[in-house]
Amino acid sequence: MSDVVEKTLTALPSLLSFDSQPGAAKLSSTSKLASLIRGITELTSKHEEEKLIQQELVAIKDQVSSPNTSMRQMKELMVRAIYCEMLGYEASFCYIHAIKLAQQGTALDKRVGYLAVALFLHESHELLLLLVNTVLKDLQSTNLIEVCMALTIVSQLFPKDMIPAILPLVEEKLTHPKEIIRRKAVLALYKFYLIAPNQVQHIHNKFRKALCDKDPGVMTASLHIYLQMIKENPEGYKDLTGSFVTILKQVVGGKLPMDYNYHSVPSPWLQIQLLRILSLLGKDDQSSSEIMYEVLDESLRRAEMNHNITYAILYECVKCIYTIHPKDELLEKAAKCIGNFILSPKINLKYIGLKALTYVVQQDPKLALQHQMTIIECLDHPDLIIKRETLELLFRITNGKNVTVIVEKLLDFLRTSKDDYTTIDLMGKVAEVAEKYAPDNKWFIATMNTVFSLGGDLMQPDIPNNFLKLISEGFDDGEQDRMLRLFAVDSYVSLLQGEPEKLPQRFLQVISWVLGEYSHLREDLEPATVVRLLAHVLDLKQASSETKSWVLLAMTKLCEGEAAMSVLQGVSETYSSSMDTVLRQRAQELQNLHLNPELWARVLPRDAFTEPLEVDSSLSFLDGYVSEALAAGAAPYKSPHQRQEELAQAKAVSMEPYGLSLPISMSLSSLDGRQSPTLLSMSSGLSGDSTDHSHKAGTTTLKLDKVKRVWGREGYLAQRESAVVEVPSPVHSADQIEEVGISQDPTPPPVADQEKQQLASSLFVGLGSQTSSSLMGKSEPKHQRLRKKAKDPVSSSEISKQTSNSIFPPPISVDNLLCNSNMDPKKSLPSCTQMTESSQGSAAANGTCAAEGEFTEGDVQGPEPSLFRDNRLTIAGSCETEEPVGMKDLCLTSYLPADCIGANHSEFTPLCSSHGVHLSACHVHKDDTLVLLVFISNSSNSDVHQFIVQVDSGDVEVSCLSESPVEELRCHHVEVCQYSLTAKRPSVHLEVSGLVSFNMPDRTPQTTHFSYKLPLPSFIRPLELSTEEYGTMWLAFSHDTKQNLTLVADVQDSLRATLDVLERKLHLHVVAIIGMEGIVACRLLPDQPCLMHCRVHGGTLAVWLRSPVPDLPDCLLYHCQRALQEV
Amino acid sequence: MITFVLMVNRQGQTRLCRYYQSINMSRRTALEANIVHTCLSRSRDQCSFVEYQESKVVFRQYAALYIAVGITEDENELSIYELVQNFVEVLDKYFSRVIMFNLDRVHIILDEMIQNGRIVETNKSNILAPLNALDKMADG
Repeated sequence: MSDVVEKTLTALPSLLSFDSQPGAAKLSSTSKLASLIRGITELTSKHEEEKLIQQELVAIKDQVSSPNTSMRQMKELMVRAIYCEMLGYEASFCYIHAIKLAQQGTALDKRVGYLAVALFLHESHELLLLLVNTVLKDLQSTNLIEVCMALTIVSQLFPKDMIPAILPLVEEKLTHPKEIIRRKAVLALYKFYLIAPNQVQHIHNKFRKALCDKDPGVMTASLHIYLQMIKENPEGYKDLTGSFVTILKQVVGGKLPMDYNYHSVPSPWLQIQLLRILSLLGKDDQSSSEIMYEVLDESLRRAEMNHNITYAILYECVKCIYTIHPKDELLEKAAKCIGNFILSPKINLKYIGLKALTYVVQQDPKLALQHQMTIIECLDHPDLIIKRETLELLFRITNGKNVTVIVEKLLDFLRTSKDDYTTIDLMGKVAEVAEKYAPDNKWFIATMNTVFSLGGDLMQPDIPNNFLKLISEGFDDGEQDRMLRLFAVDSYVSLLQGEPEKLPQRFLQVISWVLGEYSHLREDLEPATVVRLLAHVLDLKQASSETKSWVLLAMTKLCEGEAAMSVLQGVSETYSSSMDTVLRQRAQELQNLHLNPELWARVLPRDAFTEPLEVDSSLSFLDGYVSEALAAGAAPYKSPHQRQEELAQAKAVSMEPYGLSLPISMSLSSLDGRQSPTLLSMSSGLSGDSTDHSHKAGTTTLKLDKVKRVWGREGYLAQRESAVVEVPSPVHSADQIEEVGISQDPTPPPVADQEKQQLASSLFVGLGSQTSSSLMGKSEPKHQRLRKKAKDPVSSSEISKQTSNSIFPPPISVDNLLCNSNMDPKKSLPSCTQMTESSQGSAAANGTCAAEGEFTEGDVQGPEPSLFRDNRLTIAGSCETEEPVGMKDLCLTSYLPADCIGANHSEFTPLCSSHGVHLSACHVHKDDTLVLLVFISNSSNSDVHQFIVQVDSGDVEVSCLSESPVEELRCHHVEVCQYSLTAKRPSVHLEVSGLVSFNMPDRTPQTTHFSYKLPLPSFIRPLELSTEEYGTMWLAFSHDTKQNLTLVADVQDSLRATLDVLERKLHLHVVAIIGMEGIVACRLLPDQPCLMHCRVHGGTLAVWLRSPVPDLPDCLLYHCQRALQEV
Repeated sequence: MITFVLMVNRQGQTRLCRYYQSINMSRRTALEANIVHTCLSRSRDQCSFVEYQESKVVFRQYAALYIAVGITEDENELSIYELVQNFVEVLDKYFSRVIMFNLDRVHIILDEMIQNGRIVETNKSNILAPLNALDKMADG
């Protein structure tokens, strides 16, 4: 941390304790305030504080009105009054004096007067008018400080109507020689723009001048206006894109004066402001965006310093990059940046990373994939805000496949949430995604039950309204509609049989309506049972009259059977004398209708929703009645608006008897062709009276009609419900899911990890399937399209088979590609994209691991990748290669065991030397093993005895191949020890260590250690497979990793060329190349398979490795990277 | 945008508050009490951003003093977090010699930095220029 900060940190507490130190008597008058503050600090109760402040206010009141109070004293009084108001005690008697102080004071006194005005008054306060003259005067003052003050107050607080009075003066200041005046004038105009945009329309060209002002401060101030104007009308300012880019370029390049730097970052807040403007201009505009790419790239590059403020800039940059017309290169960098944030141990950065990711996934949901494990960790984060932000993120990536898990998470949080605001917010979100993506009826009803119970009466009314609308309108499939309603009825009956007193009012209303409308669907359910349950609700103490009215209406629909009648009789008698007019009305309806079954059947026909409702919106049928009434002296009709005004004037009881906005709701329901539940009272012809709730409901339904409700319009498949349990994610292997099912798996991964993995697989499923990434909203789950097909009457068994496959997207897209070679290539295309994109996604995350695994190459035994450089040549087994081969190598070659000659052997590496004994080694690639040859040469002139070589390794299984161990080594002789090696576990490099001991001719024992490193590829052998076998194996492997690799450039078929390199250098087997994709297989000795899927994407090779062996994919990937880097 | 700036001491007593949206006094006290409660209960290793109803609150602690800034959802939390530091550095620069009570001056400084909830100036010398001029007038 810089000195400044440290100093600040130490100085501040005392500085800001607002205590007046005894020695600092520069302004002795502050001591009164100081003693007030000190007094308050010492107090322990709110009550004491109140007493003290009231005393203080009385004292202030006394003094402000005294004619002898000087302006300086007045200033001091104002500060004290500000303090009292700050603590929440009104000091309105001071307001006028504040204005007076601003008017009559000088210098600081005047400034404090203005300050007090700004703090005390609000925009439309009537006293503000008294300030206009003072401002006018000060604007014309020759004292620059007074002009400054006037401009400051104007840019904070000014009566809208008085703007014309001062506008010319403010405009004039735009050309003032002092930059501070120009800057403040711009800010004043910004304020005018905010409160009265049309007043400043004529000076737009002056804004441009301000933008080009030579003073950076003035330019910065003008950006506020531009941001606002561009927000409102981006099209109008496209021509300025270049200017903003140039400004940003200069700022980023450090062209501003030093004092604009903050912790040596050039004017960070200005950069942020400019980035915001650019993102508005570049949105959906390719040509504007193209102008920005360079400077955005530079901003990303420059902001590499490790400081919060650079991260703040980066965040803005990332947002901008994802808002404007996309450019792959920048997107990639931005995604990396988000990755850094999210993985940061600093919690503030993690938060901002999540926020960025939440923003970004709306454009590109696949990005969430690469951070899935981090996201899951954040979900359990102890810090609530991180958790909350994560839920927000999950909400944005919800789709048809992960909805159950995400909703579960949201509901979990809701159950613990104590904050009403959060509850309401999340409630709406759950309802939204449940409606859009519900996998089946049962789940939907159960989820909505939870929402209604948890949300209680806090819930926005549109949630129950929407829900009822959905249930009543149904879908195209009658059977499904019936099932949904049946589920609801069943569920509600059991809820009412439980503890209905615990249910919130809104939920009870929903229940009543559904039971009234649909309980007849359940044939074994006696209407009497339902009526009794409903009657019980009526008896609940906490049932509101609104709820009771819903219940009565439901009962009216259930007048059937004698048992029900007797209950109803009692109910209607009770409520026909209710004090509540609405209830009384309902009871009357109930009574009359159940006495007249024919009328009942006519007004409340069953399944009314299937018939379009004819509505006479002009109410012409009432004409006769109206003219009669008018003739009889009734008052003419008044519009609701007119009536309301009169009501307000009369302050009469608000009964709103005619308040129903019939035309709107009626036409709506006729448009829908169905009966909307909330308009039920009208359709049943019962009520012109219906209370205001149906009125409100009518308007909400209207609004909601704009909401896209995917779920509601889609048909259902009956088999869906059973299968929706677990959908494997595209990034998740099928066998992991198997593992969960079959728990006898010999080596189950750690439980916690596995749980997380599972969670990940269910949370992030289906993210890759959204093929168009530019969509803001959630595109419809792909499978729905196919489901419609199933409805096709021609659907043969074959088609339905295909459909059922598609509903649950293939566990892994590769097998789609690989196994179904007979498949239409077009069909497999989306899934391929999906996979590659997701594999690309994880690239950044893996990148760090790879970097950590980097080795120092200077190592003697270092696994020089160059070992392989000669492979081709040595395969020929000849010493006549043109490569320079060391003399020693040459001689050693001649010692190669017969069966190794002609095989693929590495360079000879000296291991150690001791007393004339030299050890060298090389390894020889054989098909089923790796042979390590240790050459022991005795260059001394004497023999050594009791020679023992021991080779051992933790990584490698070593078995000695030499028939007889060497015991004696004669002078100038070379002995060869052969070992067969297979890998125990994969690692980037496997190390073999050894111990040599021998006795010197003089019998002195000698011991030397050596070690020999073998790169993983030495243990890799091609694995020959058919495409089908590959597909099956792929599914079975659980460990995977993904990364983007560089393609071999400048060749025609770069995929082929790249795979050739890998095949040559790493001994992989290319199984097949199909278009832009290739599949490769290999095994780790002795027989551990590893599969690789590659796809060319955006100039890179997206590879995805899978294996049953942990770490093998990662290690192999490292070598793939190395191999390609060397090309 | 910024909705308020609040400075409180460890006892939860307000030392300065400035609102950029009109808010009535009773709601204000409730809000301050809530925010103080939230901020005081957070440990240093917790996130410096909290949610308060529809807005976010960025807060920073300087020994016994807490500064909390309310912002809307579209604001950049980290930049505000650093703005607070900048504000504190300005205060430090100005009040380096005489340590005394100065509610009015702190307000004047804040007014130079934030107006209508927007960051209008961050250059320390520009921020202090008007106040320094006033001081000069008073002295001379």
